[in-house]
Amino acid sequence: MKIVIIDYGIGNVRSIFNAFSNQGFDPILSNDSEIILKADGLVLPGVGAFSHAMKNLKKYGLIDVIKDYSKTGKPLLGICLGMQLLLDGSEEFGYTDGIGLVKGEVVKLPIDKSHKAKLPHISWANIYTKAIGWENTILNDIHLNSEMYFIHSFAANLENENEILSLTEYFDITFCSSLKKGNIYGCQFHPEKSSKVGLKIINNFIKICK
Amino acid sequence: MKKTRIISRLDIKNNSVIKGIHLEGLRKIGDPNELAIKYYNQGIDEIILMDAVAAYYDRNSLSEIVKKTCCNVFVPITVGGGIRKIDDIQIALNAGADKIAINTQAVREPEFIKQATKVFGSQCIVASIDAKKKIDNTWEVYIDNGREPTGKDVIEWAKQLELLGAGEIMLTSIDREGTKKGFDIELNKMVCESITIPIISCGGAGKNKDVSELILNTDIDAVAIASILHYNIEDIPRLKECLNDHEKINVRL
Repeated sequence: MKIVIIDYGIGNVRSIFNAFSNQGFDPILSNDSEIILKADGLVLPGVGAFSHAMKNLKKYGLIDVIKDYSKTGKPLLGICLGMQLLLDGSEEFGYTDGIGLVKGEVVKLPIDKSHKAKLPHISWANIYTKAIGWENTILNDIHLNSEMYFIHSFAANLENENEILSLTEYFDITFCSSLKKGNIYGCQFHPEKSSKVGLKIINNFIKICK
Repeated sequence: MKKTRIISRLDIKNNSVIKGIHLEGLRKIGDPNELAIKYYNQGIDEIILMDAVAAYYDRNSLSEIVKKTCCNVFVPITVGGGIRKIDDIQIALNAGADKIAINTQAVREPEFIKQATKVFGSQCIVASIDAKKKIDNTWEVYIDNGREPTGKDVIEWAKQLELLGAGEIMLTSIDREGTKKGFDIELNKMVCESITIPIISCGGAGKNKDVSELILNTDIDAVAIASILHYNIEDIPRLKECLNDHEKINVRL
């Protein structure tokens, strides 16, 4: 089995690699379309600006590759900005088109000064479910209200509520903290930085890829 | 609601964790990797690895320690000390760091913060301020690990760093650092009221009460502790339990 972490010059892929290794599975770091298409599981990482990430995906010719890969039904996991990139587009610095695998837009967390919430939202926060059960997903056996590490100012606003795998609250804002559309997964939090419960999610993803 | 992050700060010199008072008079504490793993297993929310002498000697040598730590520790890791160039940031990120703390170079060249956030994103850049109180009850920014006064006012500098794009501010009170006398509440309050990005507060924690007092009286987002843990005054589960149960402060348990 091969799991590929897409390495497209955005942020820190080392910690995702280490998290997989810790769970007894060494992934491959690559931006080669052939290697990506042959993978049994694919991880799209990302931190920083949406438009910068899309530009880099284009530069490496990876947008169609990710689309083609997802059509095979093999598991795909977007992490943080990597999850946001799966949507139609983002309002960050004007409007930028996304990969468009999941219907919806990426919007700035609607902070209102009165409730003292700051941006970026950098915190551990609980995840809970609204519609979808977690069994047989990346959140299999994860306790309700587990605490995950978040660092972001934008969040995914999904068109189809049935694709929201978990929700999270920041003051009075509720946002989608993970998504599932078939075998496409996304998490706004960083499982690779969310201690033992995060590693369990990585382990669940490895199992889904098998 | 938010959960206040409890961060362990490891100042490192010659491959050992050290602890001083007022950032000076350094004493050896232990091996950085072993301590990072210990605190991770106890439930720390983040770890800061600071090269304590890099700013002074113009070098950065934490890479190997960061690499090793990141294989065993799965919470966010911030690396700082001696970061001067975009390449230094890239090297630290490649070693496994999630966030980079910048202090001296930001003062020397404020545009560096802007440039760094453009390349790596605001979430990656922690602007670090070492503050020392003046006779007139204002605070002055110091660089080179607390050795060099700059004439800059801390409040004004914090505002400017936010405008330059920093994602977080790490605020250290030099007067309280290593003293275990509690945080400079007034300083933290003033900076919190001046900016809208998250603040990590450092310098002064000697007991649980110091941490709770800071959180209850200011709007800071994270507390960095060193002495409490290094000298085994308290362990992380007990500290968090105390904050959560006795003070009703929301922390990750």
